[in-house]
Amino acid sequence: MCLAVPGRIIEVWDDRGTPMATISFDGIEKEICLVYLPAAAVGDYAIVHAGFAISQVDEDQARVTLQTFAELGLLADELGSTER
Amino acid sequence: MKYLDEFNDPELAASLLGEIAAVTTRPWTIMEVCGGQTHSIIRNGIDQLLPDTIELVHGPGCPVCVTPLNIIDQALSIAARPEVIFCSFGDMLRVPGSTSDLLRVRSEGGDVRAVYSPLDAVKLAAEHPEREVVFFAVGFETTAPANAMAVHLAEQRGLENFSVLVSHVLVPPAIEAIASSPGNRIDGFLAAGHVCSVMGTWQYGPLAARFSVPIVVTGFEPLDVLDGIRRVVVQLESGEARVENAYPRVVTEQGNATAQQMLDEVFDVCDRNWRGIGEIPQSGWRLADRYARFDAATRFAVDEIDTPESGRCRSGDVLRGLIKPSECAAFGVECTPRTPLGAPMVSSEGACAAYHQYRRLSVDEVPVRPPADSIRG
Amino acid sequence: MADAPDVGGWTCPVPLRGHDRIVMGHGGGGKLSSELIEHLFVPAFNDGAAVELHDAATVPVTTGRLAFATDSYVVRPLFFAGGCIGDLAVNGTVNDLAMSGAQPIAMSAGFILEEGLPMATLAAVVDAMAAAATAAGVRIVTGDTKVVGVGQADGMYVNTAGIGMIPEHVDIRPGRARPGDVVILSGPIGEHGVAVLSTREGFEFGTDVRTDSAALNGLVGDMIAAFADIHVLRDATRGGVTAVLCEIAASARLGIEFDERAIPIPPAVAAACSFLGLDAMHIANEGKLVAFVPPEGVDDVMDAMHRHDLGRDACVIGRVVADHPGTVVARTALGALRVVDVPLGEQLPRIC
Repeated sequence: MCLAVPGRIIEVWDDRGTPMATISFDGIEKEICLVYLPAAAVGDYAIVHAGFAISQVDEDQARVTLQTFAELGLLADELGSTER
Repeated sequence: MKYLDEFNDPELAASLLGEIAAVTTRPWTIMEVCGGQTHSIIRNGIDQLLPDTIELVHGPGCPVCVTPLNIIDQALSIAARPEVIFCSFGDMLRVPGSTSDLLRVRSEGGDVRAVYSPLDAVKLAAEHPEREVVFFAVGFETTAPANAMAVHLAEQRGLENFSVLVSHVLVPPAIEAIASSPGNRIDGFLAAGHVCSVMGTWQYGPLAARFSVPIVVTGFEPLDVLDGIRRVVVQLESGEARVENAYPRVVTEQGNATAQQMLDEVFDVCDRNWRGIGEIPQSGWRLADRYARFDAATRFAVDEIDTPESGRCRSGDVLRGLIKPSECAAFGVECTPRTPLGAPMVSSEGACAAYHQYRRLSVDEVPVRPPADSIRG
Repeated sequence: MADAPDVGGWTCPVPLRGHDRIVMGHGGGGKLSSELIEHLFVPAFNDGAAVELHDAATVPVTTGRLAFATDSYVVRPLFFAGGCIGDLAVNGTVNDLAMSGAQPIAMSAGFILEEGLPMATLAAVVDAMAAAATAAGVRIVTGDTKVVGVGQADGMYVNTAGIGMIPEHVDIRPGRARPGDVVILSGPIGEHGVAVLSTREGFEFGTDVRTDSAALNGLVGDMIAAFADIHVLRDATRGGVTAVLCEIAASARLGIEFDERAIPIPPAVAAACSFLGLDAMHIANEGKLVAFVPPEGVDDVMDAMHRHDLGRDACVIGRVVADHPGTVVARTALGALRVVDVPLGEQLPRIC
């Protein structure tokens, strides 16, 4: 369930009291409801599901996670452990 | 796409697979709860690449699959009415009810429309005051905030011609039902990252403790799923049983407070019947009294239709992880995507459909091939 | 995409211009019908040259094998980024002929119009068809028009049929596929489907993606000139590349293996597929082909493709094998193998 993808907020505005945003997925632009991310701003990345931004992407955490994966690979190479 | 493509890196996937192989010393059975995880596993072939000692079992995290038969029949009944514009996520259109499905109702003249968001249905209600617009509000906690806002906005904007047919289900009670059922052999769980982005991870601590199972919250890209599996195995190998967040770029322990507030306002917890599993207490959401007039089942006075499911359909056993789809006698025989017996064969996230679509070739059929580069000559 | 017609170019002053919408009479075979033919269709399709109107057109042909194809177009909306139903109608039939190795000689165009369709819309479509036909080097020489009541035909339906001659030394059809054949894709996929989907109610999104609708006969001509013994050609329309591979595998009773990483997908198409939950391999194209070429011809064919505008991104994606006959197998980015099948019906955007 829960097909939700990350996109970048490129515009925000108000629709009769409801915060809305234009989110760009690599050039595909979609109107999304931003009501659940009151602190989000233009330039932030958000996870989008069924027309709503439901979570913000923590870009620092993303980097840390990828770094961990990269280090796992390096560690494996160093120890020659891929053939365990 | 940024924050997606990086988590598909084949080299990093290979090192994660290597790590998993390195730390696994005993057989383990792991259930991925969410249909999106199932999709990713099967589409990328992750289950083929894991060590043989790790068995992945596909859980009931497909809201389409677990929507009870009688609610599907209610949907079909409402959709057939001439005054109704029936809106639904694409996932539900092919799910079989007792005798029909929404696509067939459309072919018979029903105004059935697939939409991307419940807000599209609200928009239709505003544009067509002369029609009744009904939205099929299906989903787990990930989708509930969207559906809740649709109802909230309809009330705010005075759209009395809008209503929702609700079939929301919750993940923690499902995990509890599975972990406590006799014959359960699940050693660890992969919890659904997007559900947790809304609800947080705090609900899973008591479950991990009570059933002594590791529960790791994961994302959906190959690296996310692999990392989740790795962490579950590491815990199992060292006898731990706690909640871990392997999707910290999106999930926090508290979840989305604004969304949770709206959910509290629009929905009340209720008992829910899960297709193929049966009733799980306090496992679903219905509209709160304040919004009761937006409930489509009441508005259209659709009677509860009690129809027995096909005896040959073993979707309940599949959804509980007791059998693999290929172990069902009807799989691929009388039950195929073209002629499904139950919802898991229809839904793109259903374990049976995923198995059928991305099915394995047996070792005899596919001789070992040299690496992909040689395909390019 | 065609703009509104230049009414100043029409030869007859009245009474056609008195109608700014199609009425039932335009399909009735009487004065209104013939005015539509004389003042709209003929000038557009015949470059303004005088033409004798008969029930049937006469087309001189040489002896040999005639390729004959037809297709009907019911796309909605009628106009989308980069094209309209008119381009599709001409290019689609030209491409069907080209997939047999034939250059088109003549085409027909049948219209079923909804009463009330604005004349300007019809004219824009007809202009687009004329332009596409010119680009493909073919003439629309005969046609028909019917008008149906309001609420039918979604504005308009178009059918085209075409004939072409197959060169003598050419034998291109699924049955010619052989184990060892290399599978070539002419360019990036998914553009047409995404362009159309972006305007569909309930899923609208902003994008620069335009339809890839194009006549492939020029590209095919160059490919055949470089290497005549191409085994199979198929354009990847409805059902996308997946449909082509599965149909050929089934038809030829052979297996096909391809590498997922070799499939070129434009970032915008990938993004649209991501957020809607679609598979780019299943999405329709209108200007892409798949070729099955024996190994000894691959270099020549690829060179010829790369030198043509419509083939500059051509790439090898897989090969034909004797194993698992009838089944298409993909190697995933992670290195696992999975069976690829066509989806049951229309791909639907999903949340799950």
